[in-house]
Amino acid sequence: MKKAIIFVVFAAFLFFAAYEIHPFGELDDSRMDDYIIENAQNETAANNVVTSVVFDYRGYDTLGEATVLFTAIAGALVVLRRVKNE
Amino acid sequence: MIYNIPFYTVVALILIGLYAMLFKRNLIKIAIGLTILESGVNLFLITLGYRKEGVAPIYTNLPSGIDVPDKMVLPVPQALTLTSIVIGVAVLALVLSITMMIYRHYGTLDSRKVRRLKE
Amino acid sequence: MSEERMSVIVTTIASLLFPFIFIFSFYVIMHGHLTPGGGFQGGAIGASAIVMLIVAYGAREVYKKASDEKLSIFESVGGLLFVLVGILGFILAASFLSNFLVGEPIFGNIPPFGSNPGELNSGGILPLLNIAVGMKVIGGLASVVLIMALAGGEKK
Repeated sequence: MKKAIIFVVFAAFLFFAAYEIHPFGELDDSRMDDYIIENAQNETAANNVVTSVVFDYRGYDTLGEATVLFTAIAGALVVLRRVKNE
Repeated sequence: MIYNIPFYTVVALILIGLYAMLFKRNLIKIAIGLTILESGVNLFLITLGYRKEGVAPIYTNLPSGIDVPDKMVLPVPQALTLTSIVIGVAVLALVLSITMMIYRHYGTLDSRKVRRLKE
Repeated sequence: MSEERMSVIVTTIASLLFPFIFIFSFYVIMHGHLTPGGGFQGGAIGASAIVMLIVAYGAREVYKKASDEKLSIFESVGGLLFVLVGILGFILAASFLSNFLVGEPIFGNIPPFGSNPGELNSGGILPLLNIAVGMKVIGGLASVVLIMALAGGEKK
């Protein structure tokens, strides 16, 4: 019962948020991304702006993501090797 | 706006995933709900970064007649979504392997019957 | 265990297609700074090639050629390469993960602004990081699927 109330309240909140958000395709403010699109070729020497964001402007983010991937896969291997050896 | 159809799709995906995670007892169904919720979040990030009539932000063989900052979709939400997808795959692998372990030990996937998790 | 190999048609087609899928994966990884794609996507393609071999031949037979220990070592080498490139940026240039190869003769050509056909010899450290992440994703996903196929038989 408690879960149902939480679910309904959260659903109402989500619908309200989707109603109040900016119209699809018309952004409010995009100065950071405009800067990245205009300067990515000079600063990272790459044509693909998404790759230059992933590996250069947000390289720390990708390093943390690689750490999460490594940890999750190490956990899965630890769990399943015990099952395999039984 | 009532015409924000992609955002309502996001809401529907998140609610379906949350429903499966809250009200289902089968651990596999909970994992499926987790995946659907995660795809809702990914779709939300992508729709946030869309610009009207935008093309992908890649300069290789760009079609002529594109205004460079104004007709390209935002790159940062796409990069974050890329990160999120890979993390989602890794977490799903971990969840499924723990589910396999639970099935080996208890012989069931019903989360109510896995009592020893609570002690 | 339910992992006998499938029929000879399936195994022949799988062995025929495997090198092509792997080459396509390397193409997507190496051209990550020019075309859509990159380390993650190319790595997922390469891991799916190994998964196709697991489906066709069974997990035991793939385990003899490429065990999950070997794939884990492959993944760890990818992660180490990533950190190593970052530390090289710390030594040779300003900060950790700084793009120290821009303007250098190797991978350093700066493309002209706007639409251009693209050149492989550009991108700074992005191709190196793409290769590192590609190794990481190939090793990780393939080892997880292989260990799941090995552990998840019908034996109770």
